[in-house]
Amino acid sequence: MTTLTINGQPHAVDAPDDMPLLWAIRDLVGFTGTKYGCGRGLCGACTVHLDGEPTRSCITPLAAVGQREITTIEAIADDPTGARVQQAWRELDVVQCGYCQSGQIMAATALLRDNPAPDDAAIDSAMNGNLCRCATYVRIRAAIHAAAQTLGEEVS
Amino acid sequence: MHILAKRQDRQSAASPLRLINVSRRGFMKGTAGLALGLYVAPLLGRGGQALAADANGEFAPNAFLRVTPDGEVVVIAKHLEMGQGTYTGLATLVAEELDADWQSVRVEGAPADTQRYQNLAFGIQGTGGSTSIANSFEQMRRAGATARAMLVAAAAERLEVSPDDLSVREGKVIHPASGRELGFGELAEAAAGQPVPEQVALKSPDRFTLIGKPRLRRRDSHDKTDGSARFTQDVQLDGMLIAAPAHPPRFGSRLASVDDTEALKVPGVVASVRFASPTRDGDLVAVLASNTWAAIRGRDALTLEWDDAQAFTVGSDEIEAAYRERAGTPGDSVTRRGDAAAALDAAAQVIEADYVVPYLAHAAMEPLNCVVDLQDDRCTIHNGEQWQTMDQQQVAQLLGLSPEQVTIHQLYAGGSFGRRANPISDYVLEAAAIAQAARAQGQVAPIKMVWTREDDTRGGHYRPFNLHRARLGLDADGKLTAWHQRLVGQSIMMGTPMEAMMVEGGIDPTSVEGAADLPYAVPALNVELHTPRDIGVPVQWWRSVGHTHTAFSTESLIDEAAVAAGQDPYRYRRELLAEHPRWRGVLDLAAEKAGWSSPLEAGAEGVRRGRGIAVHESFSSYVAQVAEVSVDGDGQLKVDRVVCAVDCGVAVNPDMIRAQMEGGIGFALAAVLHSELTLDGGRVQQDNFDGFQVLRLNEMPEIEVHIVPSAEAPTGVGEPGVPPLAPAVTNAIHAAVGKRIRRLPLGDQLKA
Repeated sequence: MTTLTINGQPHAVDAPDDMPLLWAIRDLVGFTGTKYGCGRGLCGACTVHLDGEPTRSCITPLAAVGQREITTIEAIADDPTGARVQQAWRELDVVQCGYCQSGQIMAATALLRDNPAPDDAAIDSAMNGNLCRCATYVRIRAAIHAAAQTLGEEVS
Repeated sequence: MHILAKRQDRQSAASPLRLINVSRRGFMKGTAGLALGLYVAPLLGRGGQALAADANGEFAPNAFLRVTPDGEVVVIAKHLEMGQGTYTGLATLVAEELDADWQSVRVEGAPADTQRYQNLAFGIQGTGGSTSIANSFEQMRRAGATARAMLVAAAAERLEVSPDDLSVREGKVIHPASGRELGFGELAEAAAGQPVPEQVALKSPDRFTLIGKPRLRRRDSHDKTDGSARFTQDVQLDGMLIAAPAHPPRFGSRLASVDDTEALKVPGVVASVRFASPTRDGDLVAVLASNTWAAIRGRDALTLEWDDAQAFTVGSDEIEAAYRERAGTPGDSVTRRGDAAAALDAAAQVIEADYVVPYLAHAAMEPLNCVVDLQDDRCTIHNGEQWQTMDQQQVAQLLGLSPEQVTIHQLYAGGSFGRRANPISDYVLEAAAIAQAARAQGQVAPIKMVWTREDDTRGGHYRPFNLHRARLGLDADGKLTAWHQRLVGQSIMMGTPMEAMMVEGGIDPTSVEGAADLPYAVPALNVELHTPRDIGVPVQWWRSVGHTHTAFSTESLIDEAAVAAGQDPYRYRRELLAEHPRWRGVLDLAAEKAGWSSPLEAGAEGVRRGRGIAVHESFSSYVAQVAEVSVDGDGQLKVDRVVCAVDCGVAVNPDMIRAQMEGGIGFALAAVLHSELTLDGGRVQQDNFDGFQVLRLNEMPEIEVHIVPSAEAPTGVGEPGVPPLAPAVTNAIHAAVGKRIRRLPLGDQLKA
């Protein structure tokens, strides 16, 4: 038995140590907002936060999680930055099929927590590993800028 | 060869399919007169008898909507929401005529049902060909107007006034004279007791309040940004097992032996199941497990031997060489106008070129999957279904059930781009076959079949490899006098249940659409087609189908002609489109908004810049794009900006149209820059996003979308943004560096 802390709650899971965190979150705990896209850390659909750090859960074995706090899309609105990102996504109607967007929002939230006013180069660098086959990239970029602006206004 | 043969066998064994024998083009012509009322009337009412409110006091006047006692309007969408925004589009149509409060509108997927939910363009329930809004435009509005009339009748009774004295706004029926108002929810139960009107008037466009509104929010944004949207991959049923099938290394390999000793040792693995593959050759084997990871690990631990005696063992280079040889011989005649051979003989200049495009996977972010819950006398499927009642019929036939015994619950699809409308229902049938075999083996449980990314990439049903050979003739003034094009590519329709409906005289119209009907005023046009039938790679429609390759060759060739004539590529096209005002309309708009007549801003030192234009009609929508590119000293390309003009008739949701143009451009740009599937000895060489590359954020250009104002019947936008992008970009590359790109993807062609 491994105990995972997901979105602030402990969850005991009966799984081998080498099971990727993705499948424990989805199949054993039941938070299905985190997506399987490639299984090899190539697309970013499975991005969660481990102690706030964006992490590809599809290539992170349970043994490597340790005591770190796991945050998934289901709780991202509890984070002030995450809530702004989510709001910007909705205001700009970023989503199309939506399958990659949990990972996009997790990556964007981590970016804005590190860098509250990212320029395009910073956005490229933080977000390039998150694929969107619907190519909603124009709006992803715009939503990150919009969220940054809202956060900036709240601070000032 | 054998794969096609097998597909033909399947077709002959299939039960009669109730497809309407009209082509999409024929349908689109038919809708111009809005003959849709013929279909709509019997679907909306029951001989003037209202449907009773159900136990919850809901008002369900027809198959397309319910009003709850809380005042929520639930729109039932007959089309798959795969990102293109159709849930929002269909809801807009209903809400417009209902005068609903947009914030109270929710959308549910319809169950598979040909009678109630057929695509009026197809005669089956299915989503494709960019038809969703076009075929629903009147039907959904009528559904809303009918409900509105019944709510008004109920309010008139309640308020003891004439219905004529009532108005409706944002989910409320209002009596302006007295200021009294009643919400839809308060009226739901009473409205359900009203007779269904035989006739309802639809709004004239000047009274639209939602259709054409610049920013009407998507109805699925909320669920898709908090993790609650439900995709097939997310379905969890009590006792459900996950099934991971093992697919052959080559198309047509047969399973010779299975050793599952190691697979069964994987914790969580429950069983291995051998099943007769409904769409591949012979048996396959799947591993069942209590969770996805165990199923995949178990599958990978199988020791399998494959017999390649009947397999397709040819490589891409050999396919291309064979296609080049075919291109040297006359093909089946598709279009013949004037005498192209004579005109070429007399031409002052002749352009000869081969254009080549590769196999492409759809590569939706959600790999293929399907949930099947099989009982003795029924089958329940949970799936993001693009081909609802064809899949329903195929599954029923496989299981020996009637279609009515097969229930399909519609979920969101995590992309599809055509793949989830498989012409032979490959992945849905595979899931059903596994469930059937598992049950026979005593594993009585709902089955979620999952394909890994690798399975999805290597699973076949690709956009077909194509080679187009062209000879164009110009006279001494540079005027285009002859256009001879010979297309070589596998047929998508042949060997599928669609063949009888679509293929005429050996010509699959989806192989030649966009080339056969070249709009340019060229006196001699000769288009021929070779359809190789000995290639064992399954092919399928891929976002914009034949236009994916015909727009690339035709819009590059017209550019070559303009360059050879020493004329401006925009004006050269324009002159030849005098008879086609809607083509010209988007061409002019894109050129104007892109600032075509002013010089392009220079790049940094060592960076060469260029601008290219292309225009194409697909699915009765017209799109022109101007691409601006930069090529640096190392031959690195950046597409800086794309200006897009679209004419899709009445713009139902302008922001959704903009989104589809943006997405279509990005989707197409991936195929320009990177995407390619190649075969080596019949083995597909790419299996994940490292080999089969799609577009990344830093490669996305700035995009401007301009919509032509129009009162024409609405046409689709899911696909038409794709075709012009490749030639717009490669024409821009030519303008920048003088190199003509005739093969996609671009790869290192600018670095040589």
